[in-house]
Amino acid sequence: MVEESDVRVVRFGGSKINLRPPIISTDSRFVLCTSGDSVKVYSTRTEEWLHSLQGHTNQVTGIALNPANHLQVYSCSADGTVKLWDFIDGILIKTFIIGYPLFAIYVSEKHEGIVFLHIAMDTDSKKEGFQLVAVHLPKSAEQEVEAKELSAVSSHISPNPSCTAFGREGQYIAFARNLQLNVYFFRKQKTYSFSLKATDKKGAKNAFTCIACHPTDDCIATGHEDGKIRLWRNFIHKKEYTYSTQHWHHNAVNTLCFTPEGTNLLSGGIESVLVQWQYGTGNRKEFLPRLGGSILHVSASSDGQLFCTSHSDNKITVIESSFKVCGVIQGLVKGDAVLTDLMIDPRSKALVLNGKPGHLQFYSLLRDKHLYNLDIVQQEYIYEAGLDQFEVVKAAFDIKGYWLATVEERGQKSADLEFFLKLWSYDERTQSFVLNTTITAAHTDRIISMCFSSSEETTMLVTIAEDGQFKAWCQGVDDQNFWSCDFVGSYHNLKPTNCSFSADSSLLAVSFQEVITIWSPDTWELLTTLCQPPGVIRDLCFGRLSCSKYLISTTTRNLLCCWNLLTCAFLMDSFSGLYTVFVFKPNEPRPLFTHKNVCSEKIHRAVFVPREEPLNNCDESSQWLNRSQLYFLTQNMDLLTFSTATEEDRMLSSSTRLVIDDSVAVTPFYLLLGKHRQQQQKLNTPSHQAADRPQQPQGSVTITELLHTPAHVLPPASVLCSMFVSSLLISNTGEEDSEGEMEACDSQQELRVQGSVDEVTPKLSKAQERELKRVRKTDFSWMAGLIASKP
Amino acid sequence: MASFKPTKVQFLPKLGEKVTEDTLYWKNYKSPVQIKEFGAVTKIDFSPLAPHNYAVTASTRIHVYGLHSQEPIRSFTRFRDTAYGGSFRGDGKLLVAGSEEGLIRLFDICGRVALRQFTGHSKAVHVTSFLSDGFRVVSGSDDLTCRVWDVPSAVELSSITEHTDYIRALAPSKLNPDLFVTGSYDHTVKVFDMRSGSSVMTMQHGHPVECVLLYPSEALLVSTGGRYVKIWDLLKGGQELVSLKNHHKTVTCACLSSVGNKLLTGSLDRHVKVYNSSYKVVHNFDCDASILSMAVAPDDEVVAVGMTNGVLSVRHRKHKKDKETLTSRRRRGPSYRVFVKGKNFVPRQDDFLVSKPVKQYLRKYDKQLKSFEVSKALDTALQMWTRTSKPEVTVAVIIELNRRGTLKNALAGRNEESLTKILNFLLKHIFDPRFSRPLLTVGDIVLDLYRQVLHQSPVVERQLQRLMEVLGREAELQQELLQVLGILDTLFASLTPRKEVLWEEHCPMSLNNHCVSVSSVSADVCRI
Repeated sequence: MVEESDVRVVRFGGSKINLRPPIISTDSRFVLCTSGDSVKVYSTRTEEWLHSLQGHTNQVTGIALNPANHLQVYSCSADGTVKLWDFIDGILIKTFIIGYPLFAIYVSEKHEGIVFLHIAMDTDSKKEGFQLVAVHLPKSAEQEVEAKELSAVSSHISPNPSCTAFGREGQYIAFARNLQLNVYFFRKQKTYSFSLKATDKKGAKNAFTCIACHPTDDCIATGHEDGKIRLWRNFIHKKEYTYSTQHWHHNAVNTLCFTPEGTNLLSGGIESVLVQWQYGTGNRKEFLPRLGGSILHVSASSDGQLFCTSHSDNKITVIESSFKVCGVIQGLVKGDAVLTDLMIDPRSKALVLNGKPGHLQFYSLLRDKHLYNLDIVQQEYIYEAGLDQFEVVKAAFDIKGYWLATVEERGQKSADLEFFLKLWSYDERTQSFVLNTTITAAHTDRIISMCFSSSEETTMLVTIAEDGQFKAWCQGVDDQNFWSCDFVGSYHNLKPTNCSFSADSSLLAVSFQEVITIWSPDTWELLTTLCQPPGVIRDLCFGRLSCSKYLISTTTRNLLCCWNLLTCAFLMDSFSGLYTVFVFKPNEPRPLFTHKNVCSEKIHRAVFVPREEPLNNCDESSQWLNRSQLYFLTQNMDLLTFSTATEEDRMLSSSTRLVIDDSVAVTPFYLLLGKHRQQQQKLNTPSHQAADRPQQPQGSVTITELLHTPAHVLPPASVLCSMFVSSLLISNTGEEDSEGEMEACDSQQELRVQGSVDEVTPKLSKAQERELKRVRKTDFSWMAGLIASKP
Repeated sequence: MASFKPTKVQFLPKLGEKVTEDTLYWKNYKSPVQIKEFGAVTKIDFSPLAPHNYAVTASTRIHVYGLHSQEPIRSFTRFRDTAYGGSFRGDGKLLVAGSEEGLIRLFDICGRVALRQFTGHSKAVHVTSFLSDGFRVVSGSDDLTCRVWDVPSAVELSSITEHTDYIRALAPSKLNPDLFVTGSYDHTVKVFDMRSGSSVMTMQHGHPVECVLLYPSEALLVSTGGRYVKIWDLLKGGQELVSLKNHHKTVTCACLSSVGNKLLTGSLDRHVKVYNSSYKVVHNFDCDASILSMAVAPDDEVVAVGMTNGVLSVRHRKHKKDKETLTSRRRRGPSYRVFVKGKNFVPRQDDFLVSKPVKQYLRKYDKQLKSFEVSKALDTALQMWTRTSKPEVTVAVIIELNRRGTLKNALAGRNEESLTKILNFLLKHIFDPRFSRPLLTVGDIVLDLYRQVLHQSPVVERQLQRLMEVLGREAELQQELLQVLGILDTLFASLTPRKEVLWEEHCPMSLNNHCVSVSSVSADVCRI
């Protein structure tokens, strides 16, 4: 067993960005939003992620611009701290320690130096009792300050942070809970409360869902569960208050927001339509439909030029004041459930999973960025509660990433199940998948699983369904472009559970309850059956490369079984454990690696992702991470991964170098040299990162000198030319040098070539390892001497 | 922001024949011109010369028609009894015909009176023809003889009695003036050589031979008789190449098209079938009476078919010229200039480009669906033209409404007229396997909604009665199919005792699919 310190779980990205309303900076250039334990800063123009403000140790639960300085932002977190940031440079200015888990933050211009926070009434936050407290932030030069001046404004407030809002110029604060609207006047230090009946005669549900205050007028807008919006006026007098009702939303109003001038009121709900009501003119309104998922938050920039809506599908839309969408910031979409497994698109190496309803999303792991959505269902999505929608339940890629097969299903609950099997081919021109074939009645019952054959020449798809049959589908049977059924098979009318192709596609394994059947896809002959010890088989997988003779299966009884197909021998191991990751070698019954309690949340899925370049890690315990990485998806759509120490070091070094590169001004020379340097780096990276270190100073001295000198003071081009050439020559010898190293590394890599995920890795003895390390450290500078001595 | 996604209409591929070039070629004929003759048309022969007039033998007359005229150009009426087998000489100037009384008459194409009369046959002469040298006439008669006549002297050169039954088919060789082929009711086809004066080859057709035909290369011989068409290879000594059985009554005539030598056969079952070079039927002409004779003009300009009821049906080929005259009558659309107006403008470098949003064009029902007007959308989809010519569109709208959960709302609140529309649509398409599933749901909902008021309208009640009958019949059919499937299962199972899996490969997919809908349909019938 291995000590856990070496390989640790790190949060990789893909967290929720729609937890709290996004904020637009005063100059409308940036959008800030909470994302897991950090605050992300996006550009409104390019929609690019600029940087993130990292420092909190738990979920960030609220952000608010500092009213005193518009370049600073407060953030509060469940770890009990409020932090003040300079968000343009990403610098942490101050940390205020409150000591209680915080759930929302509000600030007001009138109350300088005071923040209003939601904290739980009791220490265990599970009870639904929250209170609003005002915290006076002490002024001191220290980095970390403890703020202790807490004064409760109100107790028993709604856990929903959008049910609290500051009124005109911070004179009062309004908060609602269930059926009661409370207004607290700071001057009078009094709370007025107004309540509604639970239901009126028509059966409308009156509970408050959100609240917004007019910036210049004494008016409070409240949203209700039945879709009504009430505008409250004259609430300064406890008895003579009035309200007017407007109704457009057919479901609960999720969010309300006044524009800074107060001319318009924006509202959004589950319908995903942004409605703009003109203030004071009754019922005149504008609509912006089909924005995506249901709208959770709306916020407006302080100049009123931009609006921001955040949606339930982890998306932020930037909208101009003329009601045109001008930007979309998309995080990892949280669908209703990840019904398809996590998959890797072999072409783009992107993570593929369920996204928006009826879509597959492609998510780049390298850049932690949402690439695109592929519309599978191709139908208008109707936002309505309780409607049975088509969902993508299965998807599979072929080995080259040229074909994609999807299954969409509707009517899981009701009796009449509808499902379609669709096959998509990759179009080089449009760089996306194009629908090739739709099969309406592929099986008579639900499709359980499917897989592509892994051979290069012919692509074949095998689907298994609950009707007890498995079908093989082929393309181009009679010179046709579409897919058709090639073979139908079954085994004693048993219900199949899973299927898998061997690495060379010469074998197909289909498991029927407790029996595995092995078929030859060429002749469709039943070759052999493997009978399993008790327990229904859940998963099947063939080994790869040197382990392709192994067939691995898991059963419902917590058993991992391994068959050697050459001898039909059986190896077995049983294990169990909650939230634990085991990594095995197929030929060894003991786990290679165990990691207990990976994270506090429930892990939904996991996937191995091949690395762009293999790591040089000879440590026995983490060798399995050399060629691929294991990613987890948690309930909150956070992506986690295992990372090793060497990898983190390298990431650190690469990021620092990136910063240096950015500081160089973009001049024609830079472009010229930049191209050259990139090539160099490409050559060097496969060998070793350290290899290009020694040459860097040599090249970069001349280069930076060149680049930083203004063009008008540069010496004539003829002089420069020779300098250039000489610098290039030096770097060439450097390359030669690194080649020497590469050889050394190659021998290492050869050893590691077999070191894939599920296969045997030849163990290096300690002595060998030491020898290899020695070889790597050897100085190859004598090679340069050799080359120079050559005529 | 995504735009509205229109309703997806599923087009399921139609089962059946594929459209090939042959079918397109043979479909390209105008509707037939019908010419009434005095009796059954027994022989049609095209003149080999340029205007390609054709002689039609019917009753006691032979009429010569021009290619495009419907009135006879010339007629030979000097027959005392029924005339048979009028055929042209190779230069198209002489015409020979036999008759019921046994006389053979030779006509000049311009004259009216017979130039020569050959007497000798004791019974009716059904087939006559010139040999390819043009100086001799060969005839086959019901007196079992086959005689060759000299045209200049009108004397009989030879008489061969080898057949044992009526001779009803004759084909002279075009390459060799001494060769001809005869077919007889004694089931044989014989090849005669005048140089030896006897048959050189005999083939057993197996049925009374109605017609023989030589391919232009004269390596292949076609004989028809009974329901069979047989192709013989003469170079292999009369070996049978193919035997075709595509008609279900006696095949009376055969001819070859001049483009590509496609074989055409006509039969008493009122069909003309066209075969391709591998003898697969590629096209089919239907006629209104049993076919006795048929001929194809050079270049396939005209297909003339003679029938027992005395009607000569002539099909002319369509030409592009005809189309042009049709289209020229139509109003001309706007000119090209209008289409490109403003679109070929190239912006200069310092111009600001203001892009216009592309407008999405939606169908009417999609527009109504977009604004959630479900009843109206269903009405639009049930419009006359859509529901008759594009039922899949109607069904697609129904499916979309069902998906949105608003099908019940769309079907509710209808009057008798619109309800009959829906029920008519159901009656027509409910047993179509493509549509049955959504339409059964529609049926269910209609019954649920209107159960209370159904008896008020006799029209709707009658339609429901019919619907029940249709569904009952369908259920019976499905049950029978299931039984057949069961029988097949046992058969296959007994055939392959060892490998229990292989049989499913052979099991026809269509049957499998068919039995899927059985349960649902029958269940529904029970409910209704």
